[in-house]
Amino acid sequence: MDVQVRIQRDDFDTGREIAELHRDNPKVGAVASFVGLMRDVNDGAGVSGMTLEHYPGMTEKSIRAIVTQAQGRWNIIGARVIHRIGRLEPTDQIVLVVVASSHRGDAFAACQFIMDYLKTRAPFWKKETTTHGERWVDARVTDDVAAARWRLKG
Amino acid sequence: MIKLVYFARLREALGCTAEDVAPPPEVTDVGTLRTWLGQRGGAWTEALASDVTVRAAVNQEMAANDTRVATGDEVAFFPPVTGG
Repeated sequence: MDVQVRIQRDDFDTGREIAELHRDNPKVGAVASFVGLMRDVNDGAGVSGMTLEHYPGMTEKSIRAIVTQAQGRWNIIGARVIHRIGRLEPTDQIVLVVVASSHRGDAFAACQFIMDYLKTRAPFWKKETTTHGERWVDARVTDDVAAARWRLKG
Repeated sequence: MIKLVYFARLREALGCTAEDVAPPPEVTDVGTLRTWLGQRGGAWTEALASDVTVRAAVNQEMAANDTRVATGDEVAFFPPVTGG
């Protein structure tokens, strides 16, 4: 399977990533993608910037493990996961997940699964600059709930 | 020796990014390692207190309190993750 996981400071080109994933592969019938963006408000405070920290080595490994799990549940032909680190500003792209499959059902489900698991298992941490100063972002219970849903389904 | 690494809020609270430690024999898993580090007092006791949610990884895999640790391992402590 064609899998790429990249952790980078630079921005990414979603269109190019999608095109590269299905180019020259007539078995691909569906591509689903998710792009996470930086908002300018969080938990009631204005946010002007954010710094993303990660655990080099473990980050790549954990995301690959998540994609492997997705592969065991759905028919996936290829996947791209790109996550940015370092300093980001509102409207910046943060994360991209692209999944190629023969049919849309597998592509949609695997894309959401990878994103839900990434939120709770990949070692990234966000520190925001708000109107009240800097603060570490707290983990959300709703993210745990989103990831837990997948355990109930066969 | 065990290599310890700390991240995010925990790294800042402890004022420590990484260190090598040689824990006593009673330290056999993540839970006992955390308890031992918490006995250092000050910020260590506070940041690693049992009512604070701290996650751990052993050799870059998510770990639980009963995950074994041994010489040569890399053990990371960090707050719940917030990527995506």
